[in-house]
Amino acid sequence: MSALAAQVPPLNKELMSTSVVNIPPQFEVVDRPLDTQMTISMGPQHPSTHGVLRLELVLDGESVVKATPDIGYLHTGMEKLFEYRKYQQGIVITDRMDYLNPLGNNLAYVMAVEKLLQIEIPERAQVIRVLMCELQRIASHLVWLGTHALDIGAMTVFFYAFREREKILNLIEAASGGRLTPSYFRIGGLMMDIPAGFERRTKQFIDDFPHAVGEFHKLITGNRIFQKRTQGVGYISAEDAIDWGLSGPSLRGSGVTLDIRRANPYCGYEKYDFEIPTEPDCDVWARYMVRMREMVESHKIVQQALSRLAPGPVKADAPKVVLPDREAMKTHMDALIHHFLIVAEGFDVPAGEVYLPIEASKGELGVYIKSTGGPKPARVHFRGPSFVNLSALPHMSRGAMVADIVAIIGSLDIVLGEIDR
Amino acid sequence: MEQQNQQTGISENRSSSNQENTTPSPIAAALQREHPEWIGEVVEALGETTITVLREHIVAVCSFLKTAPGLEFNFLADLCGFDRGPEEEPRFEVNYHLFSTTKSHRVRLKVLVNEDDAHVPSVTSVWRTANWHERETYDLFGVIFDDHPDLRRILLPDDWQGHALRKDFPLRGYEPYSLE
Repeated sequence: MSALAAQVPPLNKELMSTSVVNIPPQFEVVDRPLDTQMTISMGPQHPSTHGVLRLELVLDGESVVKATPDIGYLHTGMEKLFEYRKYQQGIVITDRMDYLNPLGNNLAYVMAVEKLLQIEIPERAQVIRVLMCELQRIASHLVWLGTHALDIGAMTVFFYAFREREKILNLIEAASGGRLTPSYFRIGGLMMDIPAGFERRTKQFIDDFPHAVGEFHKLITGNRIFQKRTQGVGYISAEDAIDWGLSGPSLRGSGVTLDIRRANPYCGYEKYDFEIPTEPDCDVWARYMVRMREMVESHKIVQQALSRLAPGPVKADAPKVVLPDREAMKTHMDALIHHFLIVAEGFDVPAGEVYLPIEASKGELGVYIKSTGGPKPARVHFRGPSFVNLSALPHMSRGAMVADIVAIIGSLDIVLGEIDR
Repeated sequence: MEQQNQQTGISENRSSSNQENTTPSPIAAALQREHPEWIGEVVEALGETTITVLREHIVAVCSFLKTAPGLEFNFLADLCGFDRGPEEEPRFEVNYHLFSTTKSHRVRLKVLVNEDDAHVPSVTSVWRTANWHERETYDLFGVIFDDHPDLRRILLPDDWQGHALRKDFPLRGYEPYSLE
């Protein structure tokens, strides 16, 4: 020990002082006292930014003077790619936008194309679409719950949430073959019908889920630290929220009763009985409570969809658009020809433009498709709810602390795949 | 006085049509009646209304639609561009998708822009959410939104050359890629 101590040079007071000495002349030294504002870059590798979001924070001590989001780190030119792919090839691109809610993206896209083509979808396919989308919404909210709690410092919730999400992913995998990128909804219906035993396993999930929600509430809702970290943080009034274009749970956390499933119903949502949870507090806590209650509502819708499930076709009767069954292809010449033409050349979509909004797990997911005829779209644009919700972050983070920024980002439930597209 | 007439005109229109479900066509009718000089073609297709708005009046039309009783388009759902191709004139379209949180109806406004004068007045003064949408449209199409508070690129890097969603921009970018 003494030998080691001998190697340590004696303290040099001059070196330890903050004054700058011996700096080469080419470096410009800005000597500023420490009590003024400081700009730091939070992200793009920061774990609580949920991906590759970078925030430019101007700080005064620990208080945020200004927060400027910087996005685009995950930009992959998806909207450009759509213009070079046939309509049916676009479905797999949509999976990769909001990768926590891929079935919602599939649904918005295929419904927009179906609207352009004006084809009717069979009842069973509509019910399965609702069923799968609501399961996906619960799965998406579970990832939000786990990561939001993790950001704030509660580790355990993450494991409980992901345990439940695993059950939903297993169901989605059973139906579509994919867990993260199902591409289950196709233009004109579904890829294929749900497998035998799917209903039994979904029922099992439905029976187990209320207990899991109770566990989440026990773990975190009553937690004093969680409450202190979220209540009164990230305030945005109802007027401001509408002005900033917030949608989904983030808007309903400001007390606005708006749900596209009610406002502009699609897939027969008008026939389902569910509530639109809202909370009046306008803060991170309110958005937390809205999503927790929404999972219960989605659970209700899944139950109703299961009871509505009646036998029937899952593909529309549109042979020029919908791929034929394998058996028909082997026995019918026209089915084989249609299959070849759809795969090799695609199908023509009449000229026109549509904007189709759905209620995705994060808010209003709008798809704008412009067709000038032919098998490829002229323009596909996605109005991602995360993109718009994030743009309100500077407004919500006025006067916040750095730690609050983490809570606010978590409460917006952003997915960078959708923001950057 | 003019404002007064405007409002009464629309409420009359509402009472004559179905109260609870104002279909989008009365929206175009209200605009046509009050300010025919602001708008051009009106298209009804696939259950959606598209109103072509003259570029210099877009802010006035948006403010009118936002505040007019019975219309109340308080929510800008989306704003996006479209490139018809380099040989077309006017080349660009800017689409505004408006929504009313109280009436649950929607309308699409369309502004046509020439390539050599690709300027559109910004609607950030009407809805603050237009900020990022307009930045995105500027970034990907090169349409300049006048009076925008912070018109910078948003998805692509600041030093990017060209506008990626234009039809004459190649899918894989200009090759060979160079840092110079």
